Amino acid sequence: MSILVIAEHDNEELKVATLNTITAAKEIGTEIDLLIAGFSCETVADQACSIPDIRKVIVSDSESYKNFLAENIGLLVSEIGKDYSHILAAATSNGKNFMPRVAALLDVSQISEIISVLSEDTFERPIYAGNCIATVKSSDPIKVITVRTTGFDDCEDQGGSATKENLDEDSNLGISSFVSEELAKSDRPELTSADIVISGGRGMQNGENFRLLEGIADKLGAAIGASRAAVDSGFVPNDMQVGQTGKIVAPNLYIAVGISGAIQHLAGMKDSKVIVAINKDGDAPIFQVADYGLVADLFDALPELEAKL
Amino acid sequence: MKVLVPIKRVVDYNVKVRAKSDETGPDLANVKMAINPFCEIAVEEAIRLKEAGTAQEIIAVSIGTTACQEQLRTALALGADRAILVETELEVEPLGVAKLLKSVAEKEQPDLIILGKQAIDDDSNQTGQMLASLLSYPQGTFASEIKIGEGKISVTREVDGGLQTVSLNLPAVVTTDLRLNEPRYASLPNIMKAKKKPLDTLTPEELGVDASPRTEILKVSPPPERAAGVIVESVDELIDKLKNEAKVIT
Ligand SMILES: Cc1cc2nc3c(=O)[nH]c(=O)nc-3n(C[C@H](O)[C@H](O)[C@H](O)COP(=O)(O)OP(=O)(O)OC[C@H]3O[C@@H](n4cnc5c(N)ncnc54)[C@H](O)[C@@H]3O)c2cc1C
Ligand SMILES: Nc1ncnc2c1ncn2[C@@H]1O[C@H](COP(=O)(O)O)[C@@H](O)[C@H]1O
Repeated sequence: MSILVIAEHDNEELKVATLNTITAAKEIGTEIDLLIAGFSCETVADQACSIPDIRKVIVSDSESYKNFLAENIGLLVSEIGKDYSHILAAATSNGKNFMPRVAALLDVSQISEIISVLSEDTFERPIYAGNCIATVKSSDPIKVITVRTTGFDDCEDQGGSATKENLDEDSNLGISSFVSEELAKSDRPELTSADIVISGGRGMQNGENFRLLEGIADKLGAAIGASRAAVDSGFVPNDMQVGQTGKIVAPNLYIAVGISGAIQHLAGMKDSKVIVAINKDGDAPIFQVADYGLVADLFDALPELEAKL
Repeated sequence: MKVLVPIKRVVDYNVKVRAKSDETGPDLANVKMAINPFCEIAVEEAIRLKEAGTAQEIIAVSIGTTACQEQLRTALALGADRAILVETELEVEPLGVAKLLKSVAEKEQPDLIILGKQAIDDDSNQTGQMLASLLSYPQGTFASEIKIGEGKISVTREVDGGLQTVSLNLPAVVTTDLRLNEPRYASLPNIMKAKKKPLDTLTPEELGVDASPRTEILKVSPPPERAAGVIVESVDELIDKLKNEAKVIT
């Protein structure tokens, strides 16, 4: 049994999601290789070599992988992955994009977003927006798995000395190309790995009012999230959406402000350690999952909270 | 161009599904069923392409039991021209669905296939990518905008860091995200007209596809319950609880 983990990175640094995925891999077995596919990603490869308990770091450095186009990465991973019993990647937008292509090329099913490992072929994964947890057993010879990062702690990233192996394989299907990217820039922690998240919903009324959350986020070192309604209404960008079909977060503290608590929103945050809800409607479903509920007008509560923190 | 739109019949998104008490599966007795919301967005996008004169024919496909006819009729009422049901009693996994859709695509030769990014029941988020891979087509997943050009399609995608735009050769697969469009409702006259539109039925055997499952569901259980919380009376009390009881802020 050997496991191939596909690293999540941006050609400059390794993302924490990789470390959560390695933790999942360690619960399956001990022979773990890490694949870094990218372009000019030498520093990422070096960082990866210091992760403990990795057998080898395989580096595939080519312009074809620069923007992580699923067509090219999918082909590469299916080639390398043939020799493994398990292939794991984080369930990020990148992992979700290329992993099903890998599974299809290997003619195996994919097990999406596992939250726990019960044995080498049996896993738990949420279905129906997390309202049910399915225990699934795979009969495929190669298990292609995406890992929900909130289900696994991040592993150590220092002290190891994995060997590095450079591949000169170049998989380019030539049917897709990268055009442009508009990435949100922020000095705040990443939403999916922040210790504290404060999210706003339709109750915020407009984008301008998200400033009320920013002041608090600054004081707490929190990331800012949003409900679908806040994103759809154009208050904030799409990458801030928390939920079943947005980002899944499980911080130590999640503060939901002006969010009603629809099933789809809860799916993305109900595994947070402590949940606070601020809503003027005492009957809002969000209070059913909140550890601490404050029934108040957010336009009164937020400035007071910021001042008193 | 010709557009193929695979749609899935799922539990309505307002229903909070619970596990059966014997943990053999989700309890779906008497729940309301609907088109998967992301598939509605896919149908809407196809209709807009037709209204813009870019698309000539829209074919809706569903894989499942006879009951899926209901959702196919809805797609026809919304504006699809014809429908195909691949009828099976099996719970087909995304890989099997992708294989069946591949076979339909080989018959129909669409220029574009638009799927939902995710079915809200199994939350797999796989089928479009698998289908694209099996057909050796490029894919634009989690689309919030598409633009058709000469033999190409440009797709703006919702990714973790923001937005990314890719250019794909046609034929291609697109999967929809929430911001792609706002689906319309079917009008009564169109619902009536839809009853006369063609709906063909095929079987996995006729398509020569083995869609048997690779994954066994051993059990379906409820998620861990959260302990009941408290309502605090003031911002001061909230801060006090967070500092001294929950110890999550300092
Ligand atoms: C396919 C699909 C996928 C979806 N995916 C997601 C997802 O990933 N994430 C997600 O969040 N949603 C998702 N949704 C949408 C979800 O169903 C809800 O519509 C959405 O979460 C509602 O957002 P909201 O709570 O901000 O808005 P609302 O439900 O409108 O709630 C606003 C709340 O603000 C409160 N409020 C208003 N004014 C104030 C004030 N001054 N002070 C205090 N409180 C105030 C109100 O009491 C109310 O409870 C999805 C829906 C579908 C169909
Ligand atoms: N049984 C099915 N019949 C038709 N289309 C399907 C079926 N299952 C999945 N799909 C399509 O694939 C998308 C993603 O589903 P999934 O990969 O299961 O999350 C859906 O939004 C549909 O467009």
